[in-house]
Amino acid sequence: MRIIALVCSFCGYASADMAGVTGQSYPASVVPVRMPCTGRLDVSHILSAFRNGADAVMVVGCLEGNCNYQYGNIEARKRVEQARGILAQLGIDGERVEMFNIASNQGWRFAEAVKEMEGRVLRLGPGPVRR
Amino acid sequence: MIIAEQKGIEELIGILEGHKDILVVGCRSCVAICLAGGEKEVGVLSEALRLHSDMRSKGWNISEVTLERACEKEWAYELDQLVEGKDCVISLACGVGAQVIQELFPDVRVVPGLNTSNMGAPEEQGVYNEKCGGCGDCVLHLTGGICPIARCAKSLLNGPCGGSQEGKCEIDPEVPCAWDQIYHSLEKLGRLELMDVPIPPKDWGPSRSGGPRKMVRSEAILTDEQNRMKGGKR
Ligand code: SF4
Ligand code: SF4
Repeated sequence: MRIIALVCSFCGYASADMAGVTGQSYPASVVPVRMPCTGRLDVSHILSAFRNGADAVMVVGCLEGNCNYQYGNIEARKRVEQARGILAQLGIDGERVEMFNIASNQGWRFAEAVKEMEGRVLRLGPGPVRR
Repeated sequence: MIIAEQKGIEELIGILEGHKDILVVGCRSCVAICLAGGEKEVGVLSEALRLHSDMRSKGWNISEVTLERACEKEWAYELDQLVEGKDCVISLACGVGAQVIQELFPDVRVVPGLNTSNMGAPEEQGVYNEKCGGCGDCVLHLTGGICPIARCAKSLLNGPCGGSQEGKCEIDPEVPCAWDQIYHSLEKLGRLELMDVPIPPKDWGPSRSGGPRKMVRSEAILTDEQNRMKGGKR
């Protein structure tokens, strides 16, 4: 199983780090990919993750109102919605992609989010492209 | 500007049946502004088609490019090298751009990736309203700068009709009545007397009804000699 976590450089990455620092356990299937801000997220990033074998994609940004660049995380939420529309047209369940807003000190929430996505993959089966 | 929106991916996949080497061509002008066919949209559509191809083992080879302005030959010629070996071009330019590309490269099939809709303007980011019907004989000076052809559902020249209610058109409570807008615009301009000027029946000759329109500016046409000197393509 491979879950791609597109995390922002601020709370997204820090919450993943905090999960480790505080000894949270979470599925090893997650691959965090750091981006400057979730505002940089493009629908094509999500699509190409699936094309390259991802079973699920999670986008992790700061809490709404806390984005370091004001509203990057709000843009990201819209991109995730847009990606779902495209995935649906390709016959891929939109639940395979999700937006999470997690604060840097909420390592436990990052762990929970990964577990949530793992649960979805177990329920939906492997992603659209096997690599 | 020209307003367009992307065709559904399922429809496009159907259109692409039988093709393999596909070039997705966008345009950085109008269709980029209405978020239908600019560089970003080209990237997303291309990636979606690649994903579909990989899911179904179709072996599609998809490349992408975005022109500065697909409706002008000078820019569209930039596809010269790129279309080589391709059996299909998906145009994310408007219908005009698609036709110019097909004309320049008659050996490659150009298919429309957009549904081109109208001449309009962005109201706010993500919202686009039709503004002009290209009637070829403008009456905006009589109508407070609001087009009765494109913005009135019935294209009435001496409106409003009986269906105008509280500023809304009878076709939809969300759609403003153009003639209500015209009235209020003339009121603000202090030219309400124009409401009393009957606009005579329109000659639709200069519009689409007169067939495809061609405009010639003889003073701008280059002579053969000039073309030779410029070394340009015609
Ligand atoms: S009156 Fe004719 S030319 Fe003028 S804005 Fe309307 S459709 Fe366009
Ligand atoms: S309600 Fe207004 S906009 Fe609608 S058809 Fe009548 S005059 Fe035209």
